[in-house]
Amino acid sequence: MPFLVLGIVTLAFLLTTVTKGDPLTAIVSDRQMNDPVAVAAAKARWGLDRSLPERYVIYVGNLLTGDMGTSFITRRPVAQDVFFRLPATMELVLAAMLIGSTIGITLGVLAAYFRNTVIDHAARFFALFGSSIPVFWLGLALLYVFSVKWGILPGPGRLDPRATPPPSVTGFMTIDTLIAGNMKLFLDALWHLILPAFVLGWAVAGTISRLVRANMLEVLDREFILTARAKGAGELRVVVRHALRNTLVPTLTVIGYSFAYLLTGAVLTETIFSWPGMGSYAVEAARGLDFPAIIGVTIVGGVVFLLTNLITDIAYVIANPRVRLG
Amino acid sequence: MQQEPLFAVRDLRVSFTRHGQSFKAVRGISLHVDHGEVLGIVGESGSGKSVGMLSALGLQPKTASVSGSARFNGRELVGMPMAQLRALRGSRIAMIFQDPLSSLNPVMTVGAQIAETIRLHNAGVSKRAAMDRAAELLALVAIPQPDRRIHQFPHEFSGGMRQRVMIAMAVANDPDLLIADEPTTALDVTVQAQIMDVLTDLRRRLNLGLILITHDLGVLAGHADRVAVVYSGEVVEQANVDALFARPAHPYTRGLIASIPNMAEEKERLFSIDGAPPPLGKLPGGCAFHPRCPQAQDICRHVPPPVRSNGDHRAACHFATLPVGSAA
Repeated sequence: MPFLVLGIVTLAFLLTTVTKGDPLTAIVSDRQMNDPVAVAAAKARWGLDRSLPERYVIYVGNLLTGDMGTSFITRRPVAQDVFFRLPATMELVLAAMLIGSTIGITLGVLAAYFRNTVIDHAARFFALFGSSIPVFWLGLALLYVFSVKWGILPGPGRLDPRATPPPSVTGFMTIDTLIAGNMKLFLDALWHLILPAFVLGWAVAGTISRLVRANMLEVLDREFILTARAKGAGELRVVVRHALRNTLVPTLTVIGYSFAYLLTGAVLTETIFSWPGMGSYAVEAARGLDFPAIIGVTIVGGVVFLLTNLITDIAYVIANPRVRLG
Repeated sequence: MQQEPLFAVRDLRVSFTRHGQSFKAVRGISLHVDHGEVLGIVGESGSGKSVGMLSALGLQPKTASVSGSARFNGRELVGMPMAQLRALRGSRIAMIFQDPLSSLNPVMTVGAQIAETIRLHNAGVSKRAAMDRAAELLALVAIPQPDRRIHQFPHEFSGGMRQRVMIAMAVANDPDLLIADEPTTALDVTVQAQIMDVLTDLRRRLNLGLILITHDLGVLAGHADRVAVVYSGEVVEQANVDALFARPAHPYTRGLIASIPNMAEEKERLFSIDGAPPPLGKLPGGCAFHPRCPQAQDICRHVPPPVRSNGDHRAACHFATLPVGSAA
């Protein structure tokens, strides 16, 4: 794990050096570009006068103390920016995961149980649609239909623009509004979360539903399903307690891996829904050649992904008795 | 009229429809079993012996259609509403299957699986009480350290032990009828004998009717009271076990008996019946067995054989060798 993190850091750092863009253009205004003194001063101030290995060692050293450098654009510490925005992304991604898994598992189970019926075909269409439509198109389309046209769901943002946000404790708007004890604001936050989370979760729901269907088909043919029926168990019990429980390990895997997709998808979703998370931050940073911010976002994203893989592995052990005792 | 038996199947038929074609897996079998009695059903793989019994309990695959009659304690099972069937399954009628590893849920402890059977049919029983009862049941089927074993998973048990767990689960609610589908086929010979002992012992103690489905006539010799021989979805011979082994009336039964390995005699080769059972879609005309029958005559190719009987001994063959007094 520590080696993986170091790997991410190194890669993120090196990737910025192979890009064509000159970071100076982000720091120094066009007019000052012609002034050698100003350029030299800026280079010295941002450490750009040092060699690449030197910069790398300094960066890693600073990183160990929690310092990710200063953003060219916001002129604030990158660590502060990123951790301020991380909860918004996590809230969106987790909500998307919840929606995606719930829809995906339900559809997968139904499709397998009613294989080759209308239900199965509808689920297949839903999955294919979700996986093939780009997030940004889907986001814009749904935003237009539900918010602009029908007005049944709110527009972009995390809260009604007129509302005063609650004091930030966790950074999760839904939790912070609950902590503040403001039920109305909580519902508003939840309301704002639904559409972006659904847009982001749809593709994941598609993937999960296909996998769950395939696994359920296999499990439903196994003998212990017959045993369960011969015991007098009802169909719901047979399907959920006996069959679905046995597809948990592969399902957890795909949910775990879908996290990477969700993090990437969040970049586009956040941009469309004006969601103040890491994704929109990353887009701004990339536009402005804000290298410290780009590296910071990459590292934090990578570490979050590593952590989810770790959690997935732990969940395996809980779900599969053979691993637990073996 | 004498009292109705515990479980009586009359002219049960099961057919599958696949790609618009209909396959008759079970073509009218009739048999019965009573409390404390062991009925052996013997036949080759695919003869319809398992699917027939499953269908009687409403456990047939979705694509199957079932007709005929299967009465249990005077109640008709064929066409019975699902909820009522479920109430019987696992409670009054229990089943165990061939492969005890795949028949147990790999991600539930064996205790939880037994307790589930109990609680499905006894709403008032607490989880605790059901687990305690599960341990008692494991003790009943002679599994050592039952209190510890109930918390283990199926993969921690050997094949024979798993089959004991299946049996414990089957008898959890004191059923009247136990249908054992090839209960020993997947097990070692020594373990087979132990499992058969457990089954016959439980039959005596709980006075259950036991239906023993097998392809191994040898297993039935020591354990069954009566035997029904099934070929291509039909019962071709049915008799008391001693009568069947002493005076088999159907050529197929004679073939099966001849192919049981015999330790006492030294034979160069084991006897085997020529050919293979006909595929479901292509049943021959007349007697289904005629292409493999050493005594087949012209009549066998064209006329389905009548069932001849002599008391309890019935055989469906034109040339059934029933003792004196046989009538068509």
